[in-house]
Amino acid sequence: MSDELKKKLKLKVSAIQNGTVIDHIPSENLFKVITILGLDKVNNQITFGANFESQKLGNKAIIKISDKFFEDDEINKIALIAPHAKLNIIRDYEVAEKRIVEVPEEVNGIMRCFNPKCISNFEPMVTRFKVVSKAPIGLKCRYCEKITHEDQIVII
Amino acid sequence: MNKKSLISITDFSKAEYLRIMELAADFEKNPNQKLLEGKVVASLFFEPSTRTRLSFETAINRMGGRIIGFSDAGSSSVSKGETLHDTIRMVSNYADLIVMRHPLEGSARYASEVSGVPVINAGDGANQHPTQTLLDMYSILKTQGTLDNRNIFMVGDLKYGRTVHSLLMAMSEFENPIFNFIAPEELQMPHEYKMFLKEKGIRYFEHKEFTSIISEADIVYMTRVQKERFADPIEYEKVKNVYILRNCMLNNTKDNMRILHPLPRVNEIHTDVDSNRKAYYFEQALNGVFTREAIIAHTLNLK
Repeated sequence: MSDELKKKLKLKVSAIQNGTVIDHIPSENLFKVITILGLDKVNNQITFGANFESQKLGNKAIIKISDKFFEDDEINKIALIAPHAKLNIIRDYEVAEKRIVEVPEEVNGIMRCFNPKCISNFEPMVTRFKVVSKAPIGLKCRYCEKITHEDQIVII
Repeated sequence: MNKKSLISITDFSKAEYLRIMELAADFEKNPNQKLLEGKVVASLFFEPSTRTRLSFETAINRMGGRIIGFSDAGSSSVSKGETLHDTIRMVSNYADLIVMRHPLEGSARYASEVSGVPVINAGDGANQHPTQTLLDMYSILKTQGTLDNRNIFMVGDLKYGRTVHSLLMAMSEFENPIFNFIAPEELQMPHEYKMFLKEKGIRYFEHKEFTSIISEADIVYMTRVQKERFADPIEYEKVKNVYILRNCMLNNTKDNMRILHPLPRVNEIHTDVDSNRKAYYFEQALNGVFTREAIIAHTLNLK
């Protein structure tokens, strides 16, 4: 397939007038991203696709949300599972702004503590972590004080 | 009420460590100070720990307080499936202070968030046991006259032993400590604690045995090497006698040197050490009562 044709096909994925495009999501985490951002509970028009080719990730997923603009602390929640995600803020069909996600200082309520003996894995409670390193990600549990490493992250 | 819980040893500053030491000395002089008169203390032991519970309950009784609670989860509503959250909410309505021991890590921190009254952590799984650390510090201060410039030997299970981890953190607040870690390969001091010391510029040394170097020690802190910590039983058999302290090893030790152990001991300190004046572990346990009186007085602002 020629590059020209590829470009044309890409353009066919419905463009949005106003809203946010989240690009470079690892395909396997697409639905987790949707859950974390609460996109399964909103009425906005949403288009998403997975297993697109990506030079960086091998394959990637994209989400397009009409009339939705995220606050930093809202979007940074996905940094744990989509650290390379890029945001295009669309206004009147044009990319008005580009943003990247940043690992936040604290992560509350979205992931489990890896420690099977941590109280947070037994009680109906909000998990709370302090980010102690950002690359690779290390998160210290506020309760058991153990560090969950990047490869141990499990989203609730 | 000022809500000041003690969950982790690092919750307290150096000034607070010293304040607890000062109060403990005061309670040692006069253990029966009725500062808890008219107050109710909940003693919630979700797992049995006879030594710690009796030490706390002695402290509370000597201060004139009343005790409610349970000594194992089987005789509490936990056996009916009640959450920790609900148990703590209920009890904090009844009591002025909660002392709790729980098998799950982080349970005490969570309880302190849920409770309307202060919580003292009497051990949360393998995580923290700060009152043990404060009584260890009081024992060091009493026997050495200072917490500065001490050469501290930690022997045995340095990987899983929470008491050595907390003691390391607390003693690193004082002037110029030196740590000597003596442990088998499988049970060495975790990397994160060694990094912590490195960052603070504190000297530490690692050894496989300690007979040849024990003469340098001010404090020898013994812990138990448990068979079940070894993946390979042959490895345990190889090292089990290396980490046993015997009386004959104490001949050339410093005059001020004292032997500490959080107890219970099994065989890591030979009974022939008990009659040596450098054996301090039973007095150490008694110091626990004075230190816990001091911690209670401090958390409730009674003195």
